[in-house]
Amino acid sequence: MTQPGSAYFIPEGEKPVIRTTLAVVVANEPGVLARVVGLFSARGYNIESLTVAETDHEAHTSRITIVTSGTVDVLEQIEAQLTRLVPVKRVIDFRGDADAVSRELALIKVSGVGDHRVEALRLSDAFKCRVMDAGLDWFTFELTGSSRKLDDFIELMRPLGLVEVSRTGVATIRRGKAPL
Amino acid sequence: MTTALAAQPTEPVAAAEMTGAEMTGAEILVRALRDNGVDTVFGYPGGAVLPIYDAIFQQEEVEHILVRHEQGASHMAEGYARSTGKCGVLLVTSGPGATNAVTGLVDALMDSIPLVCITGQVPTHLIGSDAFQECDTTGITRSATKHNYLVKDVADLERIVHEAFHVATSGRPGPVLIDIPKDVQFKKAFYRGRPNTPHPSYNPRTEPDLALIDRAVALMATAKRPVLYTGGGIINSGPEASRLLRQLAEATGFPVTSTLMGLGAYPASGSQWLGMLGMHGSYEANMVMHGCDVMVCLGARFDDRVTGRLDAFSPGSRKIHVDIDPSSINKNVRAEIGIQADAGRAIAALLAGWQARVGRKAKLDDWWAQIDRWRARKGFAYRQGSDVIKPQYAVERLHALTRHRSTYITTEVGQHQMWAAQFYHFEEPNRWMTSGGLGTMGYGLPAAIGVQRAHPDALVIDIAGEASVQMTMQEMSCAVQYNLPVKIFILNNEWMGMVRQWQQLLHGERYSHSYSAALPDFVKMAEAFGCKGLRAETPAELDAKIQEMIDYPGPVIFDCRVAKEENCFPMIPSGAAHNEMILPDDGTDLGTAIDEKGKQLV
Repeated sequence: MTQPGSAYFIPEGEKPVIRTTLAVVVANEPGVLARVVGLFSARGYNIESLTVAETDHEAHTSRITIVTSGTVDVLEQIEAQLTRLVPVKRVIDFRGDADAVSRELALIKVSGVGDHRVEALRLSDAFKCRVMDAGLDWFTFELTGSSRKLDDFIELMRPLGLVEVSRTGVATIRRGKAPL
Repeated sequence: MTTALAAQPTEPVAAAEMTGAEMTGAEILVRALRDNGVDTVFGYPGGAVLPIYDAIFQQEEVEHILVRHEQGASHMAEGYARSTGKCGVLLVTSGPGATNAVTGLVDALMDSIPLVCITGQVPTHLIGSDAFQECDTTGITRSATKHNYLVKDVADLERIVHEAFHVATSGRPGPVLIDIPKDVQFKKAFYRGRPNTPHPSYNPRTEPDLALIDRAVALMATAKRPVLYTGGGIINSGPEASRLLRQLAEATGFPVTSTLMGLGAYPASGSQWLGMLGMHGSYEANMVMHGCDVMVCLGARFDDRVTGRLDAFSPGSRKIHVDIDPSSINKNVRAEIGIQADAGRAIAALLAGWQARVGRKAKLDDWWAQIDRWRARKGFAYRQGSDVIKPQYAVERLHALTRHRSTYITTEVGQHQMWAAQFYHFEEPNRWMTSGGLGTMGYGLPAAIGVQRAHPDALVIDIAGEASVQMTMQEMSCAVQYNLPVKIFILNNEWMGMVRQWQQLLHGERYSHSYSAALPDFVKMAEAFGCKGLRAETPAELDAKIQEMIDYPGPVIFDCRVAKEENCFPMIPSGAAHNEMILPDDGTDLGTAIDEKGKQLV
């Protein structure tokens, strides 16, 4: 198992790195995001995407959704370390959860004329984008879907005049009636 | 630390206050400290805490000890906490006051010591403006504390103080910081008294899962070569946990070893005691850890100084790990049975389970015969001649001459710390205060002052090195001011001994900056501070000088001149396993004892 900073022993041969999405339900108090993010940097964990907003104004509860990666041991440590933080109410790991649905929203600005402009619009239709804003030589698309779908669309736009991308990060929820 | 809050509050909140006696923030703070059982605050005044100092001036329940540097305050609070099981409290000003206290906060975080640190802050409207003596205290201490608070509204202050004490003392104890801007100290609010409402998100588990306890007992019952590997979690759980550990050891007949932090939980005079384990642990303890078939880890965390090389750590054992902190379980070493619980509660459940399932001592004759052969190797052996005092001998004599008294030992960090752990034999918990996790040179002297403050009639000795002790030496002035008769017993070899030892073993005997070519005359220094100075240079005079130190009613600095180039053995070198210890007289060429790969590790 990895032990960054071990004074003694640095192992060779890593276990496979896997990706997961964590939902961290926290009391919405000052500094709570810094605590969570600081824990990741202090202990050398990865953050691939992070989304945070207050989800229950009455109860002052926020939900932080973090996409992270690491070996099985590291992911287990991340969950245990998050649980230790005083304002953290719950940590849910969606690893291997077939019922988990993840979505991300992106705003994508593409500039071009002629064939490029037509092709960009045609592809945006195929990906079920909304045209949020447009001019004679540019579009701004709004696209919602899995991170993979967003990546694919952005790659397609690159040769067609991609100008700028803004993404929200991932939000995840489980299918079915029951709450988490 | 479940017992820490039992004694409070000191008296019911007066009816007048329930209905609305308004107080300033500073008064609310002092009142809340009192209601949380605080009798002593270690601190240093400054601009941003003056209202609090004014409130302290106008009451008598909470006494203030004036330190000489804020780091000293933090270690005093630690010493106070470790020796009493209560929460230690320090009070410092904004900016440099807060940054100076950080070392002690991290020290307490690593060693799970309950502290509440009050810091002053610039007024709310100046926060973020780079005001005089402003720093981002909560930002700086976020990873130095278990939790911290910035109080922006005086209406929140009382709740936060009570919550801070709860967080500091429950679960895995640790330091909690409250940053209070100066305007909040002046503003008024109502004081309502300590509430009993549960915290919405912080509810640490202390009771063990009984199904896991059953599995653990079943595994223990099958053991042929078991060991109880105990740690500071038993000390933190309170004296009852140590009592239960002794019963569990007696009931099972298992041998007992301990980490540096757990010394005293099981008595060193007990027949099943193996001594401390780890890098400078006893030969028998490390061989038992390496060769055991069932390891029962109680309130310890498989620190790298304990495990050595991880892939060769106790290769044949099945492991049970009890820890109050879920992140300690499976962090460094995977446990077959991981039990999240307070060490004392878990030991009680294991004991009850053992009585019900087995009901007698395990048959371990072969294992004990093997242990006796390891004990006969005498890994702590040293030769004491007639001219120079060996440091090991000095600690042995100190133990022999103080063992029949109520004695508390603190240490600095380095070779002397390991010799103290090896040669001063602890019989009771809370008698041993040392910086284990962070390894803070300069911890021992202020910690001794904190211990002495909590135990005015006890004999409190800081076993020190001449290098470490100079880091916080100015606190002797504090000891003199409050007539706290601490004894600073310096093993003076003129070297940063542990650095020198590693340079000898790892860096081709190139002694880069580890020798102090200029040292103060510690006897004259003692006199300058207004305490007594003593010096011993030969084995013949040692006992009489130690006795003189013990008999002197005030603080003492004892300059014990010891052999300059003594190494601390046994030693598990970098990159090695428990059964590859360097022993004091085994003829290993010290220059080649650590291979190239080991030299790169630390």
